[in-house]
Amino acid sequence: MDLILVNLIDGLVTGLLLFMLSAGLTLIFSMMGVLNFAHASFYMLGAYFAYQVSVYLGFWMGLLIAPPAVGLVGAMIERYGLRRVHQYGHVPELIFTFGLALLIEEAVQFIWGKDQIAYNIPEVLQFTAFSIAGNSIPAYKVFMIFISVAIFLALLFVLTRTRVGMIIQAALSYPRTVEALGHNVPLIFMGVFGVGTGLAGVAGVIAGPVLSTFPGMAVVLGSIVFVTIVIGGLGSLWGALVASLLIGWITTFAKSYNLRMEDLLTGIGFSRPEPIWDSAWADLWTLTSPQIADILPYLLMILILAFRPYGLFGKRDV
Amino acid sequence: MRKSMKLGLGAVLALTVGAGAALADNIKIAYIDPLSGPFASTGSNGLTQYQFAAERLVNEAGGVLDGQMFEIVPFDNKVSPKESLIQLQVAIDQGIRYIAQGNSSGVAHALTEAIDKHNRRNPDSRVLFLNYSAVDPALTNDDCNFWHFRFDANADIKMDALTDVIAKNDAIKKVYVIGQDYSFGKAVAAATVRFLGEKRPDIEIVGNELHPIGKVKDFTPYARKIVAAESDAVITGNWGADMLNLGKSLVENDFAGPVYTYYAAGSGITAAIGESGKGTIRLVAQGQINPPPSEEAAEYYRAFEAKYPDGNVDQSRITNVIGMLAEAIKTAGSATDVVAVGKALEGMEYDDLWGGKVYMRPQDHQLIQDVHIHVHTDEGLTFDYDKSGFGVLVEDTIEMAGMDSPTTCKMKRP
Amino acid sequence: MTEPDQKHTPPPARTPVRARPAPVTLANALPWILGGLFLLAMPFIFQSNSAITIMNQMAITIIFALSYNMLLGQGGMLSFGHAVYMGVGGFLCVHIMNWGDVFALMPLPVLPVFGGVFGMGLALIVGSFSTRKAGTIFAMISLGVGELIAACSVIIVAFFGGEEGISGDRTYGLPFFGVEFLHQIEVYYLTAFWLMLSALLMFLFSRTPIGRMANAVRDNPERAEFLGYSARWVRFYSFVAAGFFAGIAGGLFAINYEILTEENLNLATSGQILLVTFLGGVGFFFGPILGAILFTLLQTVLSLQTEIWQLYVGVLFLATVMYFPGGLAGVLMMHALPLRLGQAGLLVGPYIRTLVPAVVCALGAASAMEILFHLRHAALGESEMTLFWITFDSHAPLPLAIAAVAAVAGFWLARRSAPAMAEAWHKASTPHGGAA
Repeated sequence: MDLILVNLIDGLVTGLLLFMLSAGLTLIFSMMGVLNFAHASFYMLGAYFAYQVSVYLGFWMGLLIAPPAVGLVGAMIERYGLRRVHQYGHVPELIFTFGLALLIEEAVQFIWGKDQIAYNIPEVLQFTAFSIAGNSIPAYKVFMIFISVAIFLALLFVLTRTRVGMIIQAALSYPRTVEALGHNVPLIFMGVFGVGTGLAGVAGVIAGPVLSTFPGMAVVLGSIVFVTIVIGGLGSLWGALVASLLIGWITTFAKSYNLRMEDLLTGIGFSRPEPIWDSAWADLWTLTSPQIADILPYLLMILILAFRPYGLFGKRDV
Repeated sequence: MRKSMKLGLGAVLALTVGAGAALADNIKIAYIDPLSGPFASTGSNGLTQYQFAAERLVNEAGGVLDGQMFEIVPFDNKVSPKESLIQLQVAIDQGIRYIAQGNSSGVAHALTEAIDKHNRRNPDSRVLFLNYSAVDPALTNDDCNFWHFRFDANADIKMDALTDVIAKNDAIKKVYVIGQDYSFGKAVAAATVRFLGEKRPDIEIVGNELHPIGKVKDFTPYARKIVAAESDAVITGNWGADMLNLGKSLVENDFAGPVYTYYAAGSGITAAIGESGKGTIRLVAQGQINPPPSEEAAEYYRAFEAKYPDGNVDQSRITNVIGMLAEAIKTAGSATDVVAVGKALEGMEYDDLWGGKVYMRPQDHQLIQDVHIHVHTDEGLTFDYDKSGFGVLVEDTIEMAGMDSPTTCKMKRP
Repeated sequence: MTEPDQKHTPPPARTPVRARPAPVTLANALPWILGGLFLLAMPFIFQSNSAITIMNQMAITIIFALSYNMLLGQGGMLSFGHAVYMGVGGFLCVHIMNWGDVFALMPLPVLPVFGGVFGMGLALIVGSFSTRKAGTIFAMISLGVGELIAACSVIIVAFFGGEEGISGDRTYGLPFFGVEFLHQIEVYYLTAFWLMLSALLMFLFSRTPIGRMANAVRDNPERAEFLGYSARWVRFYSFVAAGFFAGIAGGLFAINYEILTEENLNLATSGQILLVTFLGGVGFFFGPILGAILFTLLQTVLSLQTEIWQLYVGVLFLATVMYFPGGLAGVLMMHALPLRLGQAGLLVGPYIRTLVPAVVCALGAASAMEILFHLRHAALGESEMTLFWITFDSHAPLPLAIAAVAAVAGFWLARRSAPAMAEAWHKASTPHGGAA
């Protein structure tokens, strides 16, 4: 029972982290119709920028400076790269962001080298916040939860309660009308892209120390972010939240409890072949849930796409 | 238009591929390992260690035979078996007779098979495979061949040594085994179960599991399970980011017992683990750096640090590759007759720069050497890794580990 | 940009609108005959084994890229998991190689057929649910399926062999007219034969009614539906055919390398073929061929020259997407009209004025990158580096300054004369534009 609670907290941390990435991605998609393949690369940039700042000014300044810097880079890329490709249609746009992801990874290796870098948790947060039945919850995890929740609330507030949010929502559905009303739609696009990538930057800043900062960190997280927003429904902020938490908990529980295919198969009446390693089905019989935990989201996505193409909360087709 | 295009590009191809044929007097060793992509750090680090060893051990001493120098020719295989085979062909065409590779047992399998086939099909341009790091036991057992020589202790030998140390430690009653879900991770798990069962049947293996390789973002759930199982020690064959994240998660969740690893040092991992893993992370490997076994070794290390301040000598066996190859070429009296060089390598005894003797077992071409258990610390070090102040210190040594280990190798000799 | 509509299909052929196959004329057949002769002659020009190995790799990539373009260029389906069909076909072929009794009765050259059939079988299953929609939904399903199968490859050891993959020996097959395929050159001719055959078949497929309808469905699915064609089935047929040819490429890979691993299935390989196809140009049948040749050269030859070759490839790719969405083939075909009008001469001057500074700019920028890279990553005390056959001290400011000046000046000059070049191109593409 206690372990369930601990796993719930761990899954929450993973899920909220995923949410910070997918929130920006889904916002960008609903506005511009572009799936930003390079989104996880901005997350990586966040971690590296923060590391560079923290070398001189400490972790907290890194948290303050790096996300706007990442957002600025994102906005510049939108202004001078993506906007140009926009005229050719959606497929070239997707391909552009795909190439961008490759390029950012190479650039990071060029500047910071190929090794892991020593970007660590600040010392003030290196203590155990509380324990549940001998399982300690580090203070940094609590801090991560607070930051993510704060960002979610801020985002919700801006989108639904402020004038800027209204304009953005209007531009989502009727860009031409909004333009006719005198708003600068390309500027809004650039702003949304900047904010979305900036959010990914925040995620990078706070995840870098725990998930380690290295040039492959974008690839590790890359495609799972798409999976999240596709499951949640493209363009839906609530969908992104639900899907992120769902994925966080599914993977955490699958890893924590050793569910074995063997138990399942014997449960439904098959008998275990002996000796197991000579059987053609050996791989199936020895399968355990931790083995497949991190590929479960892909399975979930394919099922969702095949049966409910607009995702859990989406209103329109992908 | 299309044709001229092809011709033009073809000319470029001919130029570059042919360019290597110049400098004929050097003895060239093709270094086929990742120099770009996610594993590039290990690859480029190994390359500098090769270049330094060749320079210092052979070339500064005047070369071998009638003054022929060693030259390391780098080829980027991007840890892809396919690219490795292409680069192998390019290397062979440049007249190179010695192939060095180490990162990824998958690539090593591809190379050893391709080299075996090549040598059978093209007796005029045979090559030797100097495997300095790929530790899958199969390479010197079922899949062995005459052309393959392994200079690192294989996974079974390391596990044999490691379980010797664990067997002596009465405080350990429960062990947790975790690894990446592929051949090497499975080999480590199987060896743990086998050796612990023989040496300490009273030790309970409370967990034995595999996780997807390179896909796990957060190891916290695994660390929780390990702590919840009240295990006294963890054994893992993880490497790269999977190693680092597992280690960090364990420490973060207050796991205090030893974590026995194969690959938790150098390439930024030592620096990234830093203070948190002090006294917890253990490493089983050959080659003693701290304390330096001899003034000669310390001198070698200092010279390396002076030349490559960002690098580490974390694969000290490379000095054995270069040293033993030079000896074998001298014995054979020829650098081009690889059969003679291979026969000279078989059964060779050699004084390791890092202390002790090493012996190339002729039955399976596995180098038998001392295996050490190191601890990750910042105390009592002469040389650190990654300029971090942290490094590995030898705690325990198994001399000539695996000397009488069985092998299933049935080698066909030319 | 002065780009013709990148979506347009291969040059509107002189075939009648009713999809009747064009008569085989000398003009139609000439490129194929030349191509065949060219393939026959190549090994006499490049005799070294490594050149032949690289050419084999090129041929495999060409088939794979052409098959990918059946989806992307002709069908408008963006796939992130096409490597799976090639990989699975290849794996099956290696299993057949290891199945001694059967393989001993089978001449090696027929082996790729089995790879093709198996790749097609998998495409049948996946296509049944993934081709219902095009666009993002198709892309996402392909990504998910790709990731799943790649992940399975280390779990299902019986078929995929885990991390080290599975390997076989091609020489155990039934000798084919006495040839045992011991040597690279024999494999080259086998590969070249399959290259010609599959390229021809894929070309003919693009001329069948189904191939034509794939274009229509790509451009306007609603309209195609109104005409009575099911967009879904048209996509499905293209997808299955693409799976077949990917499987053929996989079979050739198995014959060439005699080993298949997880690498043949993963996302990186799928992404790479997208890159190759797009670099070459998706709008023309021969685009992917150019892309495959160029990329294989970059990968095998440039990577020997510089450690940061992937950075250059990344820049090249982004530049292509931004400025030449028609790819290499698109750029070449932009000159078809001026050539036909006999006004290509008008272009020479403006081209020299723009492209020479552009090349200087590119070389300058690349040199600057190399110098910076050397500065950061070379051993201490090793400040000597060689670039374009010139050896100099990388720590001195002068070489870097020269490179930077070359880059900036080249950029400025190229940018200044670019409008004139565009204008010249317009002029040359207008009938009698130059004279009138």
